[in-house]
Amino acid sequence: MDLKLQGALAAVVGEENVLADTLGRRLYEYDGGVDRALPDLVVFPQTRDEVVAIVKAARAHGAPIIARGAGTGLSGGAIAREGGVVLSLNRMRRVLEVDTELGRAVVEPGVVNLEFSTSIAATGFYFAPDPSSQRACTIGGNAAENSGGPHTLLHGVTVNHVLGLEVVLASGEVARLSVDDGGWDLTGLMVGSEGTLGIITAITIKLTRRAESVATLLAIYNDVGQAADTVSAITACGITPAALEMMDGFSLRAIEAATHAGYPLDSAAVLLIEVEGLREETEEDAERIREACVQAGAREVRLAANEAERELLWKGRKTAFGAMGRISPNNYVMDGVIPRTQIKRVLERIEEIGARHGFPVGNMFHAGDGNLHPLVFFDERAGELPRALAASREILAACVEAGGSITGEHGVGIEKQDLMPLIFSDDDLDFMRRMRRAFDPDGGLNPNKMIPAFHACTEIRADAALYREGL
Amino acid sequence: MVTAVSKAGLLDLRAGDVERCVRCGLCLNACPTFRVLGEEMDSPRGRIYQVELADRGELAIEGDFTLHMDRCLDCRACVSACPSGVPYGAIIERTRVATARPSWLERFLLERVLPYPARVRRAAGLLRFYQRSGLQAVARRSGLLEWMGLAEAEGLSPVIAGGESYDGEVTGPVRARVAFFPGCAQRVLLPELNAATVRVLRRQGCDVTVIEEMGCCGALHVHSGMREFARALARENVVKLEAALASVDAVVVNAAGCGATLKEYADLFEGEPEWEARAQRVARKINDVTEFLDDLGPRTELLGPLPVTATYQDPCHLAHGQGIRNAPRALLATIPSLELREMERSDQCCGSAGTYNLKQPEIARALLADRLNVIAASGAEIVVTANPGCQMQLASALPGRVFHVVELLDASHRARPR
Ligand SMILES: Cc1cc2nc3c(=O)[nH]c(=O)nc-3n(C[C@H](O)[C@H](O)[C@H](O)COP(=O)(O)OP(=O)(O)OC[C@H]3O[C@@H](n4cnc5c(N)ncnc54)[C@H](O)[C@@H]3O)c2cc1C
Ligand code: SF4
Ligand code: SF4
Repeated sequence: MDLKLQGALAAVVGEENVLADTLGRRLYEYDGGVDRALPDLVVFPQTRDEVVAIVKAARAHGAPIIARGAGTGLSGGAIAREGGVVLSLNRMRRVLEVDTELGRAVVEPGVVNLEFSTSIAATGFYFAPDPSSQRACTIGGNAAENSGGPHTLLHGVTVNHVLGLEVVLASGEVARLSVDDGGWDLTGLMVGSEGTLGIITAITIKLTRRAESVATLLAIYNDVGQAADTVSAITACGITPAALEMMDGFSLRAIEAATHAGYPLDSAAVLLIEVEGLREETEEDAERIREACVQAGAREVRLAANEAERELLWKGRKTAFGAMGRISPNNYVMDGVIPRTQIKRVLERIEEIGARHGFPVGNMFHAGDGNLHPLVFFDERAGELPRALAASREILAACVEAGGSITGEHGVGIEKQDLMPLIFSDDDLDFMRRMRRAFDPDGGLNPNKMIPAFHACTEIRADAALYREGL
Repeated sequence: MVTAVSKAGLLDLRAGDVERCVRCGLCLNACPTFRVLGEEMDSPRGRIYQVELADRGELAIEGDFTLHMDRCLDCRACVSACPSGVPYGAIIERTRVATARPSWLERFLLERVLPYPARVRRAAGLLRFYQRSGLQAVARRSGLLEWMGLAEAEGLSPVIAGGESYDGEVTGPVRARVAFFPGCAQRVLLPELNAATVRVLRRQGCDVTVIEEMGCCGALHVHSGMREFARALARENVVKLEAALASVDAVVVNAAGCGATLKEYADLFEGEPEWEARAQRVARKINDVTEFLDDLGPRTELLGPLPVTATYQDPCHLAHGQGIRNAPRALLATIPSLELREMERSDQCCGSAGTYNLKQPEIARALLADRLNVIAASGAEIVVTANPGCQMQLASALPGRVFHVVELLDASHRARPR
């Protein structure tokens, strides 16, 4: 550990806001994913100017800088893979401005997603991106990961709700970006950059007005295929639900044990569907969706009678990932995207891959936009991790093969870095490397994430070919 | 399914408990200490990870590890928040066996005084010193109390000298037979609360006996890592409760912390199947007073109007520990003219947590300050809660404005025009 750097950082934020001891550092070696790496230092800035000074000091000492929000990320984004300084932004949590007339707000990166929406509830507005981790994750983290959520289907992902950013660049310069600026959309580039292009210190977000009316339906099936068919059927009738989520029977039983949301335990799959808008509109849409579900074979369709019932249905979905801890000691969640029309086929394929490797696989996902979250259940203590990862990779390769992608919303981070060659050519990746260098010539911001080292690519493509042959 | 594996760890954990944490972080903002301190070490996820590391011998069980364990309120907010069902209470309580270092005064009080009702009475002064807030003195001065007719109640209740006495009579046909557990320190610290509880139960048609001979339930011992001692207390208490239950339908408790501990006695008897089973049987009959009255269905014709705006603070060991959130609110809703105004995050710890406010004064102060803010924002005139500890903590800042649910029911009974 670099004592000089520690001193320099302490001079900026005060000794009590720098962690250098083993215990403190070990508590920042994890996030919501499976990767672990020990940072050299953890520092807690409270203002943009402190961030600037920290970035300058760390870069002067050649130490990598890894931004961190709440550490709920699932792809290792906040892990100090190459050591260095973890910049924990969760104490920068002031709401700087709320302007309901203009429908926008300015927040610091550590503001927690759901707490922000709750705090302005009285105005009738909220921040629309609703990752299932929303009661913990930060808006800075949402912007860095371009996070989505169940209601992304109608409202779009985080990038559709960011109007401007204040970013500290690797040089220590402060850039103010806005979607209203002419020229290149640098705001759009920064959103989803996973801490590799700059440290976000303030976010101007769009506020969304709560819909006049919301209808939430739970369609219950005895057959997974019928549920998958319904997804296409609903879009075919010209309705864009606000949310269209699917959970298979396996996941349902764990979720029910955790939340008692009233999910039917004996079903093969359920769809959680929500429509919002003007009152007459939602009632009509809900009825048409109900018909589509029944036609596709739903054995029952329930309509939430009130806000409490609606919340309960959602609570089950929103805590679903965590509830999986009840099924097996460990699980590994993926984030593949496929065309909606392929859901049925890919789910079968996933089951087959899991079975071949000897793992049960659960599915609960954003069906409306084809964003799958297969979960492989395994036991790390039994040494099953490598095999579980192999199964997971094969599943993602199957998604790509079905015409999809390796990440919908959880980011690339460490986890999917070496899968990038499956969807990008060498030229694409080289372009990304150059783009990154333009912002961060020394590569000090969140190094060794997202973009794979050059030589890794051929190897990975060869592996993928083997997966396809099912070896 | 978590399979039981033999534990070879350094801490006496239950197999499979810490492994249940998937580190999703969904508990972070529910944790009061994380909200105040903003670092992983003082979050549930971070504490569980530390316990895991310490258990494996990768962290020394001393110094900062102990500090972060001490800072935990054992408020169980993380348990409510955790979708994975991590039994955090069992994890921290078992860890504390190795980390807690009770002071001589604490040891003296916990081992030599609280278990013995007679000594509790004699040590009243000492306990009051421990309690600090001088609640009763301030309560006497409060105009609101007088207005609500509680001053009268206080004036009527016999001075607590040797042995408490309870007044009130059963109204109408007997609807239930219950045994009331009066707790330990609260007998002398909040005697009027116990008196009100018995009066309310009787008024609502319950034949009440008081389990005088039962001392401390052991909650404070469990929280302070004195598990052996707690187990001994639990053994005695299970026997006393079994005896009491021979002639009543339920045991009623008005302290959420005690209720939660009594309901969890079985956890203390791991590996002793016979005692475990006895503890479980007893636990099924333990009722928080709000839970009990709500189930019974209060006779609303006995309730008079209390024109006051109130906000409800969920006690941790009621909301998170026993999952009881609705019953107290439902009871308040039965009181005519009382208007309930919810405060923000009403289930966040007020910082009382047993003797936490004495040991971690800074965090406790920050938590109390947060409560005072949300209480003020609710615009309510009075605060209602359902646990003596919370009541005293809040009253230390809001003298004369904090009541237990049963105290309001008692006042409402009195306010009924006859
Ligand atoms: C139970 C659970 C459910 C989830 N559900 C969803 C979901 O529905 N949809 C979804 O999209 N994601 C989901 N996630 C993933 C995760 O919650 C999101 O990616 C979230 O946006 C991360 O926010 P965070 O504050 O925890 O960021 P962190 O995990 O701390 O960081 C994530 C990445 O962002 C970077 N970063 C953080 N803050 C900044 C900043 N201020 N400036 C620059 N870079 C920064 C970090 O370097 C890292 O690369 C889920 C996770 C869990 C555990
Ligand atoms: S305790 Fe529960 S909520 Fe918290 S990180 Fe662990 S699994 Fe998630
Ligand atoms: S018991 Fe309370 S203080 Fe302790 S970790 Fe859980 S939420 Fe935090």
